Amino acid sequence: MKLAVKEERCSGCRACELVCSMRHFSQPNPKRSAIRVSGEFPAPGRFVITYCDQCGVCADVCPAEAIHLVGDHYEIDPDLCTGCLVCVDECPQGAMFTHPDEDVPFKCVSCGDCIAYCPRQALVDAEGKVAWAGTKAREKTEASGR
Amino acid sequence: MPAPKLFGYGGRIARIDLSKNQVRVEATPEKLAREWLGGRGFVAKILWDELEPGVDPLSAGNKVVIASGPMAGVFLPGSGKIEMGAKSPHTGLYGEGNMGGHLAGELKFAGYDAIIIEGSSPEPRYIFIDDDKIEIRDATRYWGKGAIETEKALKNDLGEDFKVACIGPAGENLCTYAVVSHDFGRQVGRTGVGTVLGSKKVKALVVRGSRGFELAEPEKALAKGKEMFEACFAKPGFEEWTPYGTAGVTDWINEIGAFPTRNFQTGFFESYKQINGPTLRERILILDKACTACPIPCGKYSKANYKGRTVYVEGPEYETIALMGGNLGLERIEDVAYVNYVADELGIDTISGGSVVAFTIECLEKGVLTPGEVGRELKWNDPDGVAWLLERIARREGIGELLAQGVQKAAAKIGKGAEKYAIHVKGLEVSGYESRYAPAMMLAYMTADIGAHHNRAWAITYDAAVGQDKIEGKAGKVIELQHVRPLFDALGLCRLQWVEIGFELSHYAEMFPLVTGWSYSWDDLLRISEKIWNLTRCFNKRERRDFGRAYDLPPVRWMEEPLPSGAGKGRYMKRENAEKMLDEYYNLRGWDSNGLPTPAKLKELGLDFVLEKLDLGA
Repeated sequence: MKLAVKEERCSGCRACELVCSMRHFSQPNPKRSAIRVSGEFPAPGRFVITYCDQCGVCADVCPAEAIHLVGDHYEIDPDLCTGCLVCVDECPQGAMFTHPDEDVPFKCVSCGDCIAYCPRQALVDAEGKVAWAGTKAREKTEASGR
Repeated sequence: MPAPKLFGYGGRIARIDLSKNQVRVEATPEKLAREWLGGRGFVAKILWDELEPGVDPLSAGNKVVIASGPMAGVFLPGSGKIEMGAKSPHTGLYGEGNMGGHLAGELKFAGYDAIIIEGSSPEPRYIFIDDDKIEIRDATRYWGKGAIETEKALKNDLGEDFKVACIGPAGENLCTYAVVSHDFGRQVGRTGVGTVLGSKKVKALVVRGSRGFELAEPEKALAKGKEMFEACFAKPGFEEWTPYGTAGVTDWINEIGAFPTRNFQTGFFESYKQINGPTLRERILILDKACTACPIPCGKYSKANYKGRTVYVEGPEYETIALMGGNLGLERIEDVAYVNYVADELGIDTISGGSVVAFTIECLEKGVLTPGEVGRELKWNDPDGVAWLLERIARREGIGELLAQGVQKAAAKIGKGAEKYAIHVKGLEVSGYESRYAPAMMLAYMTADIGAHHNRAWAITYDAAVGQDKIEGKAGKVIELQHVRPLFDALGLCRLQWVEIGFELSHYAEMFPLVTGWSYSWDDLLRISEKIWNLTRCFNKRERRDFGRAYDLPPVRWMEEPLPSGAGKGRYMKRENAEKMLDEYYNLRGWDSNGLPTPAKLKELGLDFVLEKLDLGA
């Protein structure tokens, strides 16, 4: 899948940050999310989404060669990572993150949960492989005659 | 010895003493969490335990309790509500409000369930919280600034990822219905919690957290959260309700004759279609703005032009459309957005503020006040006049000194029959529902612990369902709602998924044990909600010796004047019928005829400790 955003649809609810941190760190904690939402208020009044588009710059710049393409996304091998944080500095999207309690950085691994559970469908899979969870739920509800 | 882990909680309570310039952090007591949940439960219990009875609300002895709840910040629909309370400087009774935005979760991500602000500072301060680091900082450079301006300035200075709650000039100058603002458009609106912060010289609270918090069963909680989102997505209201948010109800409320119009002179506003949800969306909306994990964003962030001036404001939501729209006779959504912006920047509650301005205009109309006394002419549909008066109120200049105390106190000082134009219960101005043709809603206003506020029981739909003319049989539903809705406030949740799109309550009951590890049933949780309700009632009695039945009567206008127009034309609530509703209500609650919980009721709820500090006069 390939994560793409429609920022004009974003409501700033941050469900993506919560589902991401719960899925990958088993706790609600936006500072452990690999996708981030920030606001520009009061004017012009909009949300900006920071996300990984799997461009691979992190793998190119990693001196320890700890970042590899796994299927459709790049992953950090924590055993090889030295924590030098060159990838964090070099990420063009600003989507390589660190946390005070983690020895190595973390990034999006294309699980698709943020896409499935974005209430606004502001996050989408450009390849169409990950569907919005509401589609399935609607079909189920309608089939059962509600 | 480390305290046992509380799942679903930040685990700590921070106590900020401004007089001593001291911060103390303690573990959240497990007993407090198990028995009072959080949010509203924490606020009520801590205020009861810690406030000196009869304390002056604007003295250093009053405290502001800010509390999140166990479900806040969790991946589930609508987990973004935070509660703030204090003894109210507006009513002299229990004061509390809640707001959405993103503060509730952030506080827990930093490791805190509650912040207790006590004492008072001689100089402006703000409270800085960044995980374990808590500082009481100088706020001189922010003092005097508007609430929106302050939030922006603090984010600029500290970082966009800090969550800010702050007060505007109205709070600084001790207007008794000042709000606490957050997230560019969310407010703890009622009872003057912002005023109490102002009295302590606290301009703002800023919070950033990176610790996160643990859940009892994280994998199951994630799966349940996903199921809850899917269930919300499948509701027809997910698509139908969301475009207009709370403003969507404007048409219906007019159709049933319950829209506050020109200081509640009637319940139908002929220009309502020019200030309703679709008009808002078409003319001024720029984006749908949500609180934490909300699938149905009610925040209608807008940009409006008013006489060549551009204002950005969240809303107007329904209550503002009612109290600052119809109730002031404003006929254009841009005008409502403009006065909404003025109130938000000044940090004035749009409900009480709208009501105070409407009261003033009617006093002028009826000759009870003169333009000389007020300082200028004021008319219905006069947005410049509204903005002018709100400024006077926030600065307590001229007539603003009197009006900054709300309609009850203003009317008492004005005399000349002004009481009739003061639309309040217990000193708190009535929110957006003219209730002469909605008895359940009226009873909800009469019996709400903080005064006439709708969030404790939005019973108007029940009036419509079983008959707007019926009086008997309404109390049971009001009580049921008064237990369910405030339970959301204790858990750190928003109720709108349930209220507006019919999301099932059973979902929350199933999620609760996954978050906390406690096997409470929904009935167990409701029992706690009932306990909180009884405690706040006792709080009021402790603060006012004469508290009781007389405080529960509706505004004089509702008992004396028939509605002149609209669906409820000719309707009013005879005093004897209001009393009848109270009899039914007290009886079902297990209270005595003066509306006070009986010792037996208190014991049944585990509130024995109340009896030690309170003479119920039984």
